[in-house]
Amino acid sequence: MEKRFTNGTLALRGVDLDIGRGDFLSLLGPSGCGKSTLLRILAGLIEPSAGSLDWPTAVHDARGAAQPKLGFVFQEPTLMPWATALANVALPLRLEGMARSEREHRAATALARVGLAGFETAYPRALSGGMKMRVSIARALVTSPDILLMDEPFAALDEITRFRLNNDLLSIWQEAGFTVVFVTHSVFESVYLSERVVVMAARPGRVVREIAIEAPYPRDEAFRTSADYAALCRTVSQSLGEAIAA
Amino acid sequence: MSEAIALPRLEEEAQPRPAVRRIVGLPRDAWPRILMPLIIGIVSLAAWEAAVRVNEVPPWIVPAPSVIWATLLRDWHTLSVSLWITLQITFAALAVAAGLGLVLAILFAQSKWIELSLFPYAVVLQVTPIVAIAPLIIIWVDDVRLALLICAWIVAFFPILSNTTLGLNSADHNLRDLFRLHRASRLQELLFLRLPAAMPLFLAGLRISGGLALIGAIVAEFVAGTGGRASGLAYRILESGYQLQIPRMFAALFLICMTGIAIFLVLGLVQHLVLRHWHESAIRREG
Repeated sequence: MEKRFTNGTLALRGVDLDIGRGDFLSLLGPSGCGKSTLLRILAGLIEPSAGSLDWPTAVHDARGAAQPKLGFVFQEPTLMPWATALANVALPLRLEGMARSEREHRAATALARVGLAGFETAYPRALSGGMKMRVSIARALVTSPDILLMDEPFAALDEITRFRLNNDLLSIWQEAGFTVVFVTHSVFESVYLSERVVVMAARPGRVVREIAIEAPYPRDEAFRTSADYAALCRTVSQSLGEAIAA
Repeated sequence: MSEAIALPRLEEEAQPRPAVRRIVGLPRDAWPRILMPLIIGIVSLAAWEAAVRVNEVPPWIVPAPSVIWATLLRDWHTLSVSLWITLQITFAALAVAAGLGLVLAILFAQSKWIELSLFPYAVVLQVTPIVAIAPLIIIWVDDVRLALLICAWIVAFFPILSNTTLGLNSADHNLRDLFRLHRASRLQELLFLRLPAAMPLFLAGLRISGGLALIGAIVAEFVAGTGGRASGLAYRILESGYQLQIPRMFAALFLICMTGIAIFLVLGLVQHLVLRHWHESAIRREG
């Protein structure tokens, strides 16, 4: 899969990215570098003012517009407080018009996949921050998307919860093989998770450097404490430092 | 009172059989809510009764509570018929206000242009004193009951309209994006997102409108001043005033107050039952 676009506005300038099928790519940068804007353009929520997105492998609709299957995870869990965890996860299927029993079955499977079996009837207010984020991820996975777009999903969580969710996300990704575009402002998180870190700079938002993280998967706590990891983090930090200074 | 009724339900959900100490079926900490106002009420009534008896105030100036109660029982037949009529107008007005307020709010949420064009007129209806326009409505509308209904509706409908409009527009922006991402239709967005998000504000509006519908019905009856069999509590007050039947006037007033309180409590209970699973207002904090 390949996509390119350039956006002429102040938010993003001259962004040119190729993302392959099954990639795990992180967008790393200071606030205001347009990484969230880039993600929202990928999601089709906003239009680029110049340039284009190509989805060579996506299904095209009758008018020839690409209809990539997307899952989106917001910075906040963004759950409907009036609905149970199961109903929240089943929402995308409900919007597709899937029958109730079928969508509830799939939503329950998705919940089990993120480790929340048994919490189907819980309301969001009864769940912890980490559990709400898991529900949010289950909702993004329930449609079996080709691409999972994540906008700083773990930024508001404590470190222990974040590490666990990092590991769970990696194992789900390895199992399912979808593409992940992960927005973060954490060097450590981006290095731990991704195959490729795209470092961005602000005003105007642009890509400064792409750094390949050539460490094998599965990655675990041993990788987190390894010398390789520390060295990679230092490299990425340096690029980020240059990006902020630039 | 509404909390006192609702608390045990929340407890039941938290645990199968919680170790909450109950006195006559209510949790122990619910009792002060009931007892304290009750004690104040009883003390005030006793003071009133004593003051009237000691000073030998004639009942046509200030009747004693015991006299009012006796009058209420004696005239119950007439008063209950009037109460029923006032209740009918109040609830009909509230139902129409809720239905029409909801429909208008949905219309406003669909198009900014409709909202911009119509909302000022809703405000005009709201700020015009009902006493000033009630005579006109009573002249224009032949059926007195219908005229009263229209007056009560005008007073009651604005809180529902403005609250629901606000609620429909206050759905989480990220959730709206999610709906867009999954190519939801406008109807789906309305049914699954905007209406549930508006529910707390709609119910809060309904609770305000419940009291206002009663006030509207009473004020309109005062202006209409219709006599005969089919007249409500306001007419009973006017009639008792003319006949210097002051205890009966107080008895009718008492019934109006009780009706207002009952409407408030019932709508509060509805609000709690609908929102108890999720909305902050209906959730009791632990610890």
